[in-house]
Amino acid sequence: MDLLLVDWALVFEKLILIVIVVLASLGIALYTTFAERKVAAVIQDRRGPNRAGPFGLLQPFADGLKLIFKEDIIPLTSNKALFVLGPGLAMVTALLTSAVIPWGSALDLDGRTVPLQIADINIGVLYIFGVVSMGVYGVMIGGWASNNKFSLLAAIRGASQIISYELAMGISLIALLMLTGSLSLKTIVEQQMGGGWGGLLGWNIIYQPLGFLIFLICAFAECNRTPFDLSEAESELNFGYHQEYSSMKLGFFLFAEYINMFISSALMATLFFGGYDIPFVNEANLAQSWGPNIVAFLGVIALLVKTVLFIFFFMWVRWTVPRFRYDQLMDLGWKKLIPLALANMLITGAVVLWLNK
Amino acid sequence: MGPASMIVLIIAAVVFSLIAIFASKFVLKATRNKQKGEPYECGVPTQGKTWVRFNVGYYLFALIFLIFDVELIFLYPWAVAVKQVGWIALVEIIIFFFILFIGLLYAHKKGALKWT
Repeated sequence: MDLLLVDWALVFEKLILIVIVVLASLGIALYTTFAERKVAAVIQDRRGPNRAGPFGLLQPFADGLKLIFKEDIIPLTSNKALFVLGPGLAMVTALLTSAVIPWGSALDLDGRTVPLQIADINIGVLYIFGVVSMGVYGVMIGGWASNNKFSLLAAIRGASQIISYELAMGISLIALLMLTGSLSLKTIVEQQMGGGWGGLLGWNIIYQPLGFLIFLICAFAECNRTPFDLSEAESELNFGYHQEYSSMKLGFFLFAEYINMFISSALMATLFFGGYDIPFVNEANLAQSWGPNIVAFLGVIALLVKTVLFIFFFMWVRWTVPRFRYDQLMDLGWKKLIPLALANMLITGAVVLWLNK
Repeated sequence: MGPASMIVLIIAAVVFSLIAIFASKFVLKATRNKQKGEPYECGVPTQGKTWVRFNVGYYLFALIFLIFDVELIFLYPWAVAVKQVGWIALVEIIIFFFILFIGLLYAHKKGALKWT
Protein backbone atom coordinates (compact mmCIF):
# COMPACT_ATOMS: atom_id res chain seq x y z
CA MET A 1 0.00 0.00 0.00
CA ASP A 2 2.79 2.37 0.94
CA LEU A 3 4.15 2.18 -2.54
CA LEU A 4 0.96 3.63 -3.99
CA LEU A 5 0.98 6.49 -1.50
CA VAL A 6 4.29 7.79 -2.79
CA ASP A 7 3.91 11.15 -4.51
CA TRP A 8 4.99 10.04 -7.98
CA ALA A 9 5.04 13.58 -9.35
CA LEU A 10 7.57 14.47 -6.68
CA VAL A 11 9.73 11.47 -7.54
CA PHE A 12 9.53 12.40 -11.19
CA GLU A 13 10.45 16.04 -10.70
CA LYS A 14 13.38 15.09 -8.47
CA LEU A 15 14.64 12.61 -11.05
CA ILE A 16 14.49 15.22 -13.79
CA LEU A 17 16.23 17.73 -11.54
CA ILE A 18 18.99 15.24 -10.71
CA VAL A 19 19.58 14.43 -14.36
CA ILE A 20 19.67 18.12 -15.26
CA VAL A 21 22.05 19.01 -12.42
CA VAL A 22 24.44 16.14 -13.19
CA LEU A 23 24.45 16.87 -16.91
CA ALA A 24 24.80 20.61 -16.32
CA SER A 25 27.77 20.08 -13.98
CA LEU A 26 29.39 17.86 -16.57
CA GLY A 27 28.69 20.29 -19.39
CA ILE A 28 29.95 23.26 -17.44
CA ALA A 29 33.05 21.33 -16.40
CA LEU A 30 33.60 20.41 -20.05
CA TYR A 31 33.42 24.01 -21.13
CA THR A 32 35.49 25.17 -18.16
CA THR A 33 38.43 23.25 -19.61
CA PHE A 34 37.91 25.15 -22.84
CA ALA A 35 37.51 28.46 -21.00
CA GLU A 36 40.68 27.77 -19.05
CA ARG A 37 42.68 27.39 -22.24
CA LYS A 38 41.12 30.51 -23.70
CA VAL A 39 41.75 32.54 -20.54
CA ALA A 40 45.33 31.30 -20.41
CA ALA A 41 45.72 32.30 -24.03
CA VAL A 42 44.37 35.80 -23.41
CA ILE A 43 46.61 36.29 -20.39
CA GLN A 44 49.65 35.05 -22.26
CA ASP A 45 48.74 37.02 -25.40
CA ARG A 46 48.01 33.99 -27.55
CA ARG A 47 44.92 32.87 -29.44
CA GLY A 48 44.16 29.60 -27.72
CA PRO A 49 42.27 26.68 -29.30
CA ASN A 50 40.47 28.00 -32.40
CA ARG A 51 40.45 25.17 -34.93
CA ALA A 52 37.63 22.82 -33.91
CA GLY A 53 34.35 24.51 -34.79
CA PRO A 54 33.62 28.25 -34.63
CA PHE A 55 36.07 29.92 -32.20
CA GLY A 56 37.22 26.42 -31.22
CA LEU A 57 33.92 25.80 -29.44
CA LEU A 58 33.95 22.08 -30.27
CA GLN A 59 37.40 21.62 -28.73
CA PRO A 60 36.16 20.10 -25.42
CA PHE A 61 34.20 17.45 -27.33
CA ALA A 62 37.27 16.62 -29.38
CA ASP A 63 39.27 16.31 -26.16
CA GLY A 64 36.64 14.09 -24.57
CA LEU A 65 36.46 11.81 -27.59
CA LYS A 66 40.22 11.59 -27.66
CA LEU A 67 40.27 10.49 -24.02
CA ILE A 68 37.68 7.77 -24.66
CA PHE A 69 39.58 6.41 -27.65
CA LYS A 70 42.92 6.32 -25.88
CA GLU A 71 44.19 2.96 -24.74
CA ASP A 72 43.45 2.18 -21.12
CA ILE A 73 46.74 1.13 -19.54
CA ILE A 74 46.84 -0.37 -16.06
CA PRO A 75 50.41 -0.83 -14.81
CA LEU A 76 51.24 -4.47 -14.08
CA THR A 77 52.64 -3.65 -10.65
CA SER A 78 49.66 -1.57 -9.53
CA ASN A 79 46.86 -2.61 -7.22
CA LYS A 80 44.19 -3.03 -9.88
CA ALA A 81 40.97 -2.73 -7.89
CA LEU A 82 42.14 0.40 -6.09
CA PHE A 83 43.55 1.76 -9.33
CA VAL A 84 40.04 1.77 -10.82
CA LEU A 85 38.40 2.88 -7.59
CA GLY A 86 40.52 6.04 -7.29
CA PRO A 87 39.23 8.05 -10.26
CA GLY A 88 35.71 6.70 -9.77
CA LEU A 89 35.66 7.97 -6.20
CA ALA A 90 37.05 11.33 -7.27
CA MET A 91 34.27 11.69 -9.84
CA VAL A 92 31.44 10.50 -7.57
CA THR A 93 32.38 12.81 -4.72
CA ALA A 94 32.71 15.72 -7.12
CA LEU A 95 29.18 15.10 -8.43
CA LEU A 96 27.63 14.53 -4.99
CA THR A 97 28.34 17.99 -3.62
CA SER A 98 25.78 19.54 -5.95
CA ALA A 99 22.92 17.88 -4.03
CA VAL A 100 22.40 20.60 -1.44
CA ILE A 101 23.07 23.71 -3.50
CA PRO A 102 19.87 25.67 -4.17
CA TRP A 103 20.03 26.54 -7.86
CA GLY A 104 17.05 28.85 -7.74
CA SER A 105 13.81 29.60 -5.91
CA ALA A 106 10.78 27.45 -6.70
CA LEU A 107 9.02 26.95 -10.00
CA ASP A 108 5.23 27.06 -10.03
CA LEU A 109 3.84 24.39 -12.35
CA ASP A 110 0.06 24.29 -12.29
CA GLY A 111 -0.10 25.11 -8.62
CA ARG A 112 2.70 22.67 -7.76
CA THR A 113 5.76 24.21 -6.14
CA VAL A 114 8.91 22.67 -7.51
CA PRO A 115 12.00 23.78 -5.57
CA LEU A 116 15.14 23.96 -7.70
CA GLN A 117 17.24 22.08 -5.20
CA ILE A 118 17.83 18.35 -5.11
CA ALA A 119 17.62 17.99 -1.35
CA ASP A 120 16.86 20.75 1.14
CA ILE A 121 18.27 19.06 4.22
CA ASN A 122 18.86 20.92 7.47
CA ILE A 123 22.51 19.81 7.66
CA GLY A 124 23.52 21.04 4.20
CA VAL A 125 26.82 22.63 5.18
CA LEU A 126 27.83 19.60 7.21
CA TYR A 127 26.98 17.33 4.27
CA ILE A 128 29.22 19.38 2.00
CA PHE A 129 32.07 19.01 4.46
CA GLY A 130 31.57 15.27 4.63
CA VAL A 131 31.62 14.86 0.86
CA VAL A 132 34.56 17.22 0.35
CA SER A 133 36.57 15.24 2.91
CA MET A 134 35.83 12.07 0.96
CA GLY A 135 37.43 13.68 -2.08
CA VAL A 136 40.78 13.07 -0.38
CA TYR A 137 40.33 9.34 -0.83
CA GLY A 138 40.14 9.61 -4.61
CA VAL A 139 43.52 11.32 -4.76
CA MET A 140 45.08 9.15 -2.06
CA ILE A 141 43.84 5.79 -3.35
CA GLY A 142 44.63 6.65 -6.97
CA GLY A 143 48.15 7.80 -6.18
CA TRP A 144 48.93 4.93 -3.86
CA ALA A 145 47.57 2.20 -6.12
CA SER A 146 49.66 3.40 -9.07
CA ASN A 147 52.81 1.96 -7.47
CA ASN A 148 54.80 4.87 -8.81
CA LYS A 149 57.04 6.95 -6.59
CA PHE A 150 55.96 10.25 -8.10
CA SER A 151 52.29 9.35 -7.76
CA LEU A 152 52.70 8.24 -4.17
CA LEU A 153 54.54 11.39 -3.18
CA ALA A 154 51.96 13.54 -4.94
CA ALA A 155 49.08 11.70 -3.32
CA ILE A 156 50.49 12.11 0.18
CA ARG A 157 51.17 15.76 -0.49
CA GLY A 158 47.68 16.28 -1.84
CA ALA A 159 45.99 14.53 1.07
CA SER A 160 48.06 16.40 3.61
CA GLN A 161 47.30 19.72 1.93
CA ILE A 162 43.57 19.09 1.64
CA ILE A 163 43.14 18.08 5.27
CA SER A 164 45.21 21.05 6.45
CA TYR A 165 43.08 23.58 4.61
CA GLU A 166 39.83 21.88 5.49
CA LEU A 167 40.27 23.04 9.08
CA ALA A 168 40.58 26.72 8.26
CA MET A 169 37.66 26.35 5.85
CA GLY A 170 35.48 24.80 8.54
CA ILE A 171 36.33 27.41 11.13
CA SER A 172 35.69 30.28 8.71
CA LEU A 173 32.28 28.77 7.97
CA ILE A 174 31.43 28.50 11.66
CA ALA A 175 31.62 32.29 11.89
CA LEU A 176 29.15 32.47 9.01
CA LEU A 177 26.84 29.94 10.62
CA MET A 178 26.62 32.10 13.74
CA LEU A 179 25.05 34.85 11.65
CA THR A 180 22.63 32.57 9.84
CA GLY A 181 21.79 30.21 12.70
CA SER A 182 21.02 27.48 10.18
CA LEU A 183 22.93 24.79 8.30
CA SER A 184 20.43 24.66 5.45
CA LEU A 185 21.76 26.39 2.35
CA LYS A 186 18.28 27.39 1.24
CA THR A 187 17.68 29.24 4.51
CA ILE A 188 21.07 30.90 4.22
CA VAL A 189 20.18 32.22 0.76
CA GLU A 190 16.75 33.40 1.83
CA GLN A 191 18.25 35.33 4.73
CA GLN A 192 20.48 37.23 2.33
CA MET A 193 17.55 38.56 0.31
CA GLY A 194 16.48 42.15 0.77
CA GLY A 195 18.65 44.61 2.66
CA GLY A 196 19.74 48.11 1.71
CA TRP A 197 21.70 49.30 -1.30
CA GLY A 198 19.75 47.33 -3.83
CA GLY A 199 20.03 44.15 -1.79
CA LEU A 200 23.82 44.16 -1.77
CA LEU A 201 23.96 44.95 1.96
CA GLY A 202 22.06 41.78 2.74
CA TRP A 203 24.82 39.55 1.43
CA ASN A 204 26.99 37.73 3.93
CA ILE A 205 30.19 39.05 2.37
CA ILE A 206 29.42 42.41 4.02
CA TYR A 207 29.42 40.82 7.49
CA GLN A 208 32.13 38.23 6.92
CA PRO A 209 34.81 39.70 4.63
CA LEU A 210 37.67 37.99 6.46
CA GLY A 211 35.76 34.71 6.64
CA PHE A 212 35.16 34.89 2.90
CA LEU A 213 38.83 35.53 2.18
CA ILE A 214 39.86 32.51 4.25
CA PHE A 215 37.18 30.40 2.61
CA LEU A 216 38.36 31.48 -0.84
CA ILE A 217 41.99 30.59 -0.15
CA CYS A 218 40.96 27.24 1.26
CA ALA A 219 38.73 26.58 -1.76
CA PHE A 220 41.78 27.01 -3.96
CA ALA A 221 43.66 24.51 -1.82
CA GLU A 222 40.77 22.03 -1.74
CA CYS A 223 40.47 22.07 -5.53
CA ASN A 224 44.25 21.56 -5.96
CA ARG A 225 44.41 24.73 -8.01
CA THR A 226 47.48 26.88 -8.45
CA PRO A 227 49.05 28.28 -6.26
CA PHE A 228 48.24 25.13 -4.26
CA ASP A 229 48.69 22.54 -6.98
CA LEU A 230 51.54 20.78 -5.20
CA SER A 231 49.99 17.39 -5.79
CA GLU A 232 50.39 17.79 -9.54
CA ALA A 233 53.42 20.02 -9.75
CA GLU A 234 54.78 19.19 -13.19
CA SER A 235 58.26 20.50 -12.56
CA GLU A 236 58.73 18.35 -9.45
CA LEU A 237 56.48 15.33 -9.83
CA ASN A 238 56.03 14.84 -13.58
CA PHE A 239 52.26 14.70 -13.63
CA GLY A 240 51.31 14.22 -10.00
CA TYR A 241 49.02 11.57 -8.62
CA HIS A 242 47.40 10.73 -11.98
CA GLN A 243 50.68 10.04 -13.71
CA GLU A 244 49.97 6.37 -14.43
CA TYR A 245 46.43 7.00 -15.60
CA SER A 246 45.32 7.09 -19.17
CA SER A 247 42.08 7.13 -21.13
CA MET A 248 38.84 7.94 -19.30
CA LYS A 249 40.37 7.36 -15.87
CA LEU A 250 42.73 10.25 -16.44
CA GLY A 251 39.79 12.17 -17.82
CA PHE A 252 37.92 11.56 -14.58
CA PHE A 253 40.66 13.01 -12.44
CA LEU A 254 40.94 16.09 -14.64
CA PHE A 255 37.17 16.39 -14.91
CA ALA A 256 36.63 16.01 -11.18
CA GLU A 257 38.95 18.94 -10.63
CA TYR A 258 36.85 21.16 -12.87
CA ILE A 259 33.58 19.99 -11.36
CA ASN A 260 35.01 20.72 -7.91
CA MET A 261 35.93 24.18 -9.12
CA PHE A 262 32.42 24.77 -10.43
CA ILE A 263 30.74 23.50 -7.29
CA SER A 264 32.98 25.44 -4.93
CA SER A 265 32.36 28.58 -6.99
CA ALA A 266 28.63 27.97 -6.73
CA LEU A 267 29.05 27.36 -3.02
CA MET A 268 30.90 30.63 -2.50
CA ALA A 269 28.23 32.47 -4.47
CA THR A 270 25.55 30.79 -2.36
CA LEU A 271 27.11 31.30 1.04
CA PHE A 272 28.58 34.77 0.68
CA PHE A 273 27.08 36.43 -2.40
CA GLY A 274 23.37 35.86 -2.04
CA GLY A 275 23.03 32.72 -4.15
CA TYR A 276 20.15 33.17 -6.57
CA ASP A 277 19.39 36.64 -5.19
CA ILE A 278 19.28 39.10 -8.11
CA PRO A 279 20.95 42.37 -7.07
CA PHE A 280 18.98 45.65 -7.38
CA VAL A 281 15.74 43.72 -7.88
CA ASN A 282 12.98 42.99 -5.43
CA GLU A 283 12.05 39.40 -6.26
CA ALA A 284 8.70 39.43 -4.45
CA ASN A 285 7.44 42.45 -6.41
CA LEU A 286 8.75 41.08 -9.68
CA ALA A 287 7.10 37.71 -9.07
CA GLN A 288 3.73 39.43 -8.76
CA SER A 289 4.00 41.18 -12.11
CA TRP A 290 5.95 38.58 -14.13
CA GLY A 291 5.00 35.37 -12.40
CA PRO A 292 7.26 33.20 -10.23
CA ASN A 293 8.62 31.03 -13.03
CA ILE A 294 10.41 33.84 -14.84
CA VAL A 295 11.82 35.13 -11.55
CA ALA A 296 13.07 31.64 -10.67
CA PHE A 297 14.69 31.40 -14.09
CA LEU A 298 16.35 34.80 -13.67
CA GLY A 299 17.55 33.65 -10.24
CA VAL A 300 19.25 30.61 -11.77
CA ILE A 301 20.91 32.93 -14.30
CA ALA A 302 22.05 35.25 -11.48
CA LEU A 303 23.61 32.33 -9.59
CA LEU A 304 25.32 31.06 -12.73
CA VAL A 305 26.72 34.51 -13.52
CA LYS A 306 28.18 34.78 -10.02
CA THR A 307 29.59 31.26 -10.34
CA VAL A 308 31.18 31.98 -13.70
CA LEU A 309 32.81 35.09 -12.28
CA PHE A 310 34.37 32.97 -9.54
CA ILE A 311 35.52 30.37 -12.05
CA PHE A 312 37.15 33.15 -14.02
CA PHE A 313 38.86 34.30 -10.84
CA PHE A 314 40.18 30.76 -10.28
CA MET A 315 41.70 30.80 -13.76
CA TRP A 316 43.03 34.29 -13.48
CA VAL A 317 44.90 33.34 -10.31
CA ARG A 318 46.18 30.14 -11.88
CA TRP A 319 47.87 31.98 -14.72
CA THR A 320 49.17 34.81 -12.55
CA VAL A 321 50.48 33.44 -9.27
CA PRO A 322 53.40 30.98 -9.00
CA ARG A 323 53.24 27.81 -6.93
CA PHE A 324 53.99 27.69 -3.20
CA ARG A 325 56.80 25.68 -1.69
CA TYR A 326 55.54 22.88 0.52
CA ASP A 327 56.73 24.39 3.81
CA GLN A 328 55.22 27.74 2.82
CA LEU A 329 51.95 25.98 2.14
CA MET A 330 51.92 24.32 5.53
CA ASP A 331 52.93 27.53 7.28
CA LEU A 332 50.17 29.48 5.58
CA GLY A 333 47.59 26.86 6.49
CA TRP A 334 48.51 26.09 10.07
CA LYS A 335 50.17 29.23 11.38
CA LYS A 336 48.26 31.95 9.56
CA LEU A 337 44.87 30.85 8.30
CA ILE A 338 43.80 28.73 11.26
CA PRO A 339 44.63 31.34 13.96
CA LEU A 340 43.07 34.03 11.77
CA ALA A 341 39.92 31.97 11.29
CA LEU A 342 39.74 31.25 15.02
CA ALA A 343 40.05 34.92 15.89
CA ASN A 344 37.41 35.76 13.29
CA MET A 345 35.12 33.15 14.79
CA LEU A 346 35.47 34.28 18.40
CA ILE A 347 35.07 37.97 17.50
CA THR A 348 32.01 37.20 15.38
CA GLY A 349 30.54 35.21 18.24
CA ALA A 350 31.05 38.09 20.66
CA VAL A 351 29.61 40.66 18.22
CA VAL A 352 26.60 38.48 17.45
CA LEU A 353 25.86 38.13 21.15
CA TRP A 354 26.45 41.86 21.75
CA LEU A 355 24.01 42.92 19.05
CA ASN A 356 21.50 40.27 19.98
CA LYS A 357 20.74 41.86 23.35
CA MET B 1 12.20 13.46 0.37
CA GLY B 2 15.61 15.01 0.98
CA PRO B 3 17.58 11.87 1.92
CA ALA B 4 15.81 9.78 -0.74
CA SER B 5 16.72 12.13 -3.59
CA MET B 6 20.26 12.18 -2.27
CA ILE B 7 20.45 8.41 -2.51
CA VAL B 8 19.17 8.67 -6.09
CA LEU B 9 21.89 11.22 -6.83
CA ILE B 10 24.53 8.89 -5.35
CA ILE B 11 23.25 6.04 -7.54
CA ALA B 12 23.22 8.31 -10.60
CA ALA B 13 26.79 9.44 -9.94
CA VAL B 14 28.04 5.86 -9.42
CA VAL B 15 26.27 4.59 -12.53
CA PHE B 16 27.63 7.42 -14.63
CA SER B 17 31.16 6.76 -13.37
CA LEU B 18 30.94 3.04 -14.05
CA ILE B 19 29.60 3.56 -17.57
CA ALA B 20 32.27 6.11 -18.44
CA ILE B 21 35.13 4.07 -16.96
CA PHE B 22 34.19 0.93 -18.81
CA ALA B 23 33.12 2.65 -22.03
CA SER B 24 36.69 2.97 -23.21
CA LYS B 25 37.20 -0.77 -22.66
CA PHE B 26 34.58 -1.54 -25.31
CA VAL B 27 35.74 1.09 -27.74
CA LEU B 28 39.28 -0.14 -28.04
CA LYS B 29 40.99 -3.45 -27.42
CA ALA B 30 44.02 -2.86 -25.26
CA THR B 31 47.24 -4.70 -25.98
CA ARG B 32 49.51 -5.57 -23.12
CA ASN B 33 53.20 -6.15 -22.87
CA LYS B 34 55.77 -5.97 -20.13
CA GLN B 35 57.26 -2.64 -21.08
CA LYS B 36 53.87 -1.00 -21.24
CA GLY B 37 52.99 -2.24 -17.77
CA GLU B 38 56.00 -0.70 -16.09
CA PRO B 39 55.51 2.34 -13.90
CA TYR B 40 56.57 5.50 -15.70
CA GLU B 41 59.33 7.27 -13.82
CA CYS B 42 60.85 9.47 -16.50
CA GLY B 43 61.90 6.48 -18.59
CA VAL B 44 64.44 5.16 -16.10
CA PRO B 45 63.72 1.60 -14.84
CA THR B 46 62.15 1.86 -11.40
CA GLN B 47 64.50 1.22 -8.50
CA GLY B 48 63.44 -0.68 -5.39
CA LYS B 49 60.04 -0.72 -3.79
CA THR B 50 57.60 2.18 -4.07
CA TRP B 51 55.54 1.59 -0.95
CA VAL B 52 58.30 2.53 1.45
CA ARG B 53 58.35 4.66 4.58
CA PHE B 54 57.92 8.33 3.82
CA ASN B 55 58.46 11.53 5.75
CA VAL B 56 57.01 11.34 9.26
CA GLY B 57 55.87 14.95 8.95
CA TYR B 58 52.78 13.86 7.02
CA TYR B 59 51.70 11.63 9.90
CA LEU B 60 52.14 14.40 12.44
CA PHE B 61 49.98 16.77 10.43
CA ALA B 62 47.37 14.08 10.00
CA LEU B 63 47.27 13.51 13.77
CA ILE B 64 46.90 17.20 14.56
CA PHE B 65 44.26 17.44 11.87
CA LEU B 66 42.29 14.69 13.55
CA ILE B 67 42.22 16.56 16.85
CA PHE B 68 41.10 19.79 15.24
CA ASP B 69 38.55 18.15 12.99
CA VAL B 70 36.79 16.52 15.91
CA GLU B 71 36.84 19.86 17.69
CA LEU B 72 35.31 21.48 14.61
CA ILE B 73 32.36 19.10 14.74
CA PHE B 74 31.79 20.11 18.36
CA LEU B 75 31.64 23.74 17.29
CA TYR B 76 28.89 23.38 14.68
CA PRO B 77 26.00 22.91 17.16
CA TRP B 78 27.24 25.88 19.14
CA ALA B 79 27.54 28.05 16.02
CA VAL B 80 23.95 27.34 15.00
CA ALA B 81 22.55 27.96 18.49
CA VAL B 82 24.85 30.80 19.49
CA LYS B 83 22.04 33.32 19.97
CA GLN B 84 20.07 31.03 22.27
CA VAL B 85 22.90 29.82 24.49
CA GLY B 86 24.41 33.25 25.04
CA TRP B 87 27.55 34.48 26.74
CA ILE B 88 28.15 31.53 29.04
CA ALA B 89 28.59 29.26 26.06
CA LEU B 90 31.02 31.70 24.47
CA VAL B 91 33.14 31.67 27.62
CA GLU B 92 33.01 27.89 27.64
CA ILE B 93 34.11 27.80 24.01
CA ILE B 94 37.00 30.14 24.83
CA ILE B 95 38.08 27.82 27.66
CA PHE B 96 37.74 24.87 25.28
CA PHE B 97 39.94 26.68 22.79
CA PHE B 98 42.43 27.66 25.43
CA ILE B 99 42.99 24.00 26.29
CA LEU B 100 43.33 23.13 22.60
CA PHE B 101 45.61 26.07 22.08
CA ILE B 102 47.95 24.76 24.76
CA GLY B 103 48.01 21.49 22.84
CA LEU B 104 48.80 23.31 19.61
CA LEU B 105 51.50 25.31 21.38
CA TYR B 106 52.99 22.05 22.67
CA ALA B 107 52.98 20.60 19.17
CA HIS B 108 54.58 23.77 17.89
CA LYS B 109 57.29 23.67 20.59
CA LYS B 110 57.99 20.04 19.78
CA GLY B 111 58.48 21.07 16.16
CA ALA B 112 55.53 19.11 14.79
CA LEU B 113 54.25 22.08 12.79
CA LYS B 114 57.61 22.79 11.28
CA TRP B 115 58.15 21.37 7.84
CA THR B 116 61.66 20.10 7.26
